[in-house]
Amino acid sequence: MRRLDALRAVYSQLEGRIVVTIMGAVAAELQSIGHRPNFFYLQHAMGLASSLGLGIALSRPDRQVVVFDGDGSVLMNLGGLTTLARYRPRNLVHVVFDNESLLSVGGFPTATSTGSDLAGIAAAAGVPRTQTVRSIDEFTHAFDEALAAEDLTTLVAKVEPVGPSAYVTDLSLLENRFQFQRYLKESRTTR
Amino acid sequence: MSPVSTSASRLVYDALKSCGVRLMSALPETWLVHLIGLAEADPDMTLVRLAKEEEGVGISAGAHLAGVKSAMLMQNHGFLASINGIVSCAQLYRIPLLMLVSYRGEFGERDPWQTEGGGVTEDLLRALRIPFARLENPSHVSHRIAKAQTLAHSANKPVALLLCRDLMWEEQT
Ligand SMILES: Cc1ncc(C[n+]2csc(CCOP(=O)(O)OP(=O)(O)O)c2C)c(N)n1
Repeated sequence: MRRLDALRAVYSQLEGRIVVTIMGAVAAELQSIGHRPNFFYLQHAMGLASSLGLGIALSRPDRQVVVFDGDGSVLMNLGGLTTLARYRPRNLVHVVFDNESLLSVGGFPTATSTGSDLAGIAAAAGVPRTQTVRSIDEFTHAFDEALAAEDLTTLVAKVEPVGPSAYVTDLSLLENRFQFQRYLKESRTTR
Repeated sequence: MSPVSTSASRLVYDALKSCGVRLMSALPETWLVHLIGLAEADPDMTLVRLAKEEEGVGISAGAHLAGVKSAMLMQNHGFLASINGIVSCAQLYRIPLLMLVSYRGEFGERDPWQTEGGGVTEDLLRALRIPFARLENPSHVSHRIAKAQTLAHSANKPVALLLCRDLMWEEQT
C-alpha cells in the first residue's frame, strides 16, 4: 500500500476532525490531496506529533483527534506511547505509517525493517486498541472502526517507502499554525 | 520530614493557578514533590506525568493550540532533555511555554551528580534566548510567575522560571 492512497482513502473522514501530522513526506502528501484549516503539520520536531495530539485531545475532549505519525518519529518517542496509554484519551486515533524507513531524509532503514513491531510495542505500553494493516481495504476498515470505537487506538499501516518529490509547500509553518489555532478556537465558540 | 518547602510549593502552585494554568506536565524530582501533589489533588488541574520531559513540549503546544494554558514542571536536567523539542516545536512554531525548572547544582548542592547541569543551565537559557527569572524569595514568586506568563503569551515564546534552593529547600545548614 502507498501512503498517499491510504490518505486519499480516508480523506473524507478527516472533515470536522482535528488532524496532526509529522513532517516532510506525510505533510506534503496530505497537502497535495487538499489542505484544510483543521490540519496541523508538525514539521521537524521528531517524535512530538503524538504528544501534541495528546495535548489537544486532553484539552478538547469534545473533538476527535487523528495523528498521522511515522515509524522513525515514533521510535524517537517510545516513552510517549506509555504516556498516551496512561491517560488513554478516548478521542485520539494514532495512525503510524510504517514505511520501515526515514524516508524524508533519504530513506535510511529503521528498526521496524529488522522486525521491531510498533503495534506490539504500543500494546505492551498499554494502548487498549492496536492493529497492523497492510492493504488499503484493511486500513480504511480499521480506521473507520477506530473512529467508531471512541477509544485510544494505535493503528500501524505498513506502507511502501515512497513519497513526493518535494516537501516544501507554499503553506508557511506559521500560517498553518495560526490558522489551525483559530480553527480550534472558532470550533469551540460555535458549539 | 522532607526539607522541601511546602509553603513555597503552595505559593508557586497558587500563582500558576491564578495566571490561568489548567494543565501541568511533570517529571518528578525531589524539589517538585509538593507541587505535583497539589496538582494531583486539584480537580481543576489536568496533571500529565511524563516518561521524558520533552514530551511536555508537545503536550503544552497541543494544549495551547486548543486554548488551554499549561505549565511544565521539571528539573534542569529535564530542560536539557527537552531542548530539541523547545527549539523545533515551541520556538519554530511560536508556542508560549511556561517552564518551571528546579535549579539543582547551585551553591549548597550536595549531590555530586547535579553539579554539571547546574553549571550550564543559565548559559543554555541565554544561548536559546529564553527569557528567565530566578525564584528565590517568597515575596517575588507570585508576580514573577504572572509576568513570565504575560510575556510568554504576548511574545508567543518559551519562558523559564528557575526554582532556586533558597526558595525550595528548608534545610538548616
Ligand atoms: C531530532 C531530529 N533528528 C533528525 C531529524 C531529521 N529528520 C527529518 S524527517 C526524518 C525521518 C522521519 O521518519 P518517519 O517518521 O519514519 O517519517 P517518513 O519520513 O519515513 O515519512 C528525520 C530523521 C529531525 N528532524 N530531528
